[in-house]
Amino acid sequence: MDATILGFLLLDGLQNGVIYGLLAIAMVLVFAVTRVILVPIGELLMFAPLSLVWLLEGKVPGTLWLALALGLVWAGLARGRGAWGPLLGALGLSALFFLALFLKPLAYVAAVLLVVYLGVATYRVFFQPLREATVLSLLIMAVGLHVAYQGLGLVFFGPEQFRPEPLLKGEVVVGLSWQGVLVLLFALLSVLALYGFFRFSLYGKALLAAAESRLGARLTGISPEEAGMVAFGIASLLAGLSGLLLAPLINAAYFMGFMLGLKGFVAAILGGLASYPVAFLGALLVGFFESFTSFFASAYKEALVFLLLVPALFYQSLRARAVEE
Amino acid sequence: MKRWLAVALVLALSAWAQGVLKVGVVVSATGPAASLGIPERNTFLMLQELLDRQGGVAGRKVQFVILDDASDTTQAVRNTRRLVEEGAVAIVGTTTTPASLGMIPVVAEAKVPMISLAASKDIIHPVDAQRFWVFKTPQTEELMARAIVADMVARGVKTVGYIGFNDAYGEGWARFFEAEAKAKGLQVVANERYNRTDTSVTGQVLRIIARRPDAVLIGASGTPAVLPQRTLKERGYPGLIYQTHGVANPDFLRVGGKDVEGTFLPAGPILVAEQLPSAFPSKRVALDYIQRYEAKYGIGSYSTFGAHAWDAWLILRPALERALKKADPDKDLAAFRAALRDEIEATRNVVATHGVFTFTKENHLGLRFEDAAVMVRVEGGRWRLERTFR
Repeated sequence: MDATILGFLLLDGLQNGVIYGLLAIAMVLVFAVTRVILVPIGELLMFAPLSLVWLLEGKVPGTLWLALALGLVWAGLARGRGAWGPLLGALGLSALFFLALFLKPLAYVAAVLLVVYLGVATYRVFFQPLREATVLSLLIMAVGLHVAYQGLGLVFFGPEQFRPEPLLKGEVVVGLSWQGVLVLLFALLSVLALYGFFRFSLYGKALLAAAESRLGARLTGISPEEAGMVAFGIASLLAGLSGLLLAPLINAAYFMGFMLGLKGFVAAILGGLASYPVAFLGALLVGFFESFTSFFASAYKEALVFLLLVPALFYQSLRARAVEE
Repeated sequence: MKRWLAVALVLALSAWAQGVLKVGVVVSATGPAASLGIPERNTFLMLQELLDRQGGVAGRKVQFVILDDASDTTQAVRNTRRLVEEGAVAIVGTTTTPASLGMIPVVAEAKVPMISLAASKDIIHPVDAQRFWVFKTPQTEELMARAIVADMVARGVKTVGYIGFNDAYGEGWARFFEAEAKAKGLQVVANERYNRTDTSVTGQVLRIIARRPDAVLIGASGTPAVLPQRTLKERGYPGLIYQTHGVANPDFLRVGGKDVEGTFLPAGPILVAEQLPSAFPSKRVALDYIQRYEAKYGIGSYSTFGAHAWDAWLILRPALERALKKADPDKDLAAFRAALRDEIEATRNVVATHGVFTFTKENHLGLRFEDAAVMVRVEGGRWRLERTFR
């Protein structure tokens, strides 16, 4: 192994790692606020580029109908005045999709907003009614949704991969495309934006408070329901944007999201599902580790990456005190 | 009154069912193997129409009972049981290797002949007590690996790198390709794996490039086969790139675009039917199939996978005709199934879309290498015939 190979591997690990990092942050956020382990985040990630491809070809993606159906259920659950929000959202989304069929640049916006709407609706319809349930029930629901969304992805988009055109073409240096730079920049910006959001905005602070203590937050007038929706909204926004930026590099297909999400989850576990910076560093570690194992022992790559969990869990379980749910 | 009506209806139906030959079909019309299974199902739907117009085989109506296994082994086995109980004289299918392997014990126990549409050699080799009942139409990895190695040798390749799926498909190819390459004096200098769901294969590709092989073979199928090839191109790999016949569908060209230009792959002759020399045995049959399929499902809609199903019927039809002379399925179904199996095994020189079939007691694939494989090159986003082995 020489310096060039080392450089390529590091670059490759970095590019994968930052995406795992964003997913890990999204998962930590959602878990902290709602105690849901967001397994279907990989599907949300893939829905964005696949819907985009469909829109660019002038077809309406099936994900729109899914989002609208969930939106209607959401409106039904909310009843009364609360039903206006989801209904208006659904209407706006449909209008946006209609326009995007003619105005191509709008398709990018439409694809991201679709995923955000879908994410929030998912929380409202499937998780909010379970808010008093145990972490295990929420996890079972999350896994069920992952299976359902993946199956729907196959129905909507077929079994093959798709590759949207990259936003920026060409390479900066050999081994690093402009699109790759875009992914890195996006990750950096998102981390900074999230930091600013939690540090300086009232909304962010309320969200942190809700994550810290649900009961305490409720006593001070923060609605845990709203906090949950915002957390899911931010998580799906991160997923949707990452999906759009990544798809030209990795090809999008209905089955591609799960592994990304799972590795984000490994990273989140390395951070104990609690610490954002450790989760992000954990994600970079997963990325580098993956890149080097694929060089040295490609047949065992997946096994080795998931083996990373064992020492992390061991450490966590030694450190943790027994907490009553 | 109502009950009598029902009884009368049942009697009438069973009278109508007299003389109908039921052929069971199991395909993966949904699930991960759907891109292979759908053209297979379409082929049987097309055949059903054709046979209804022609009035069946030897004066008997033929009914294809088509069941979807959703690319799932358990479902395929359940479907097979159901077809056996419904009195199918033979079973065609299924699309994938694991599911086909699962069906073998079922058809062997029920003594029903089966023609698989899946790739692996393990389905029909060795011909033991169970595989006695099993035949198949698609080319094996072994046969296609032979085509690749022959082409590599002809191009003066000395060293090869391999990267393939980390599953049965990639492992099968690694095994047969390495054996064939060694026998012909090629050196396999790198042997890497990746997953269908992988988002990056940079590590594996760097390792291959560091060994400087003259050619690289990618043992993968469908659109996930594009990723290693694109990474090889991006890293400036200068040598030849080979794919397997698992990529012979339009989606591979669509996703691959410029990155897959110049790729070599082995394929059944039907992929480039129009470009075949007129003396090539499969040419006429293949063009006939393509014309029929496109007339029903649209121009450019045919695939090599659907043609495997057509080939299964080309074998089954004459076998049915001969077996009908020996036994009567209405009187003794078991005897007819056994007679049909013998007649399938007696198939000699049936010219089909993927080659010429001649079964023997030891060989239930029956394809001759020279007629069943050609080398194809991707050029200008289309398949172009590179060479035949005749």
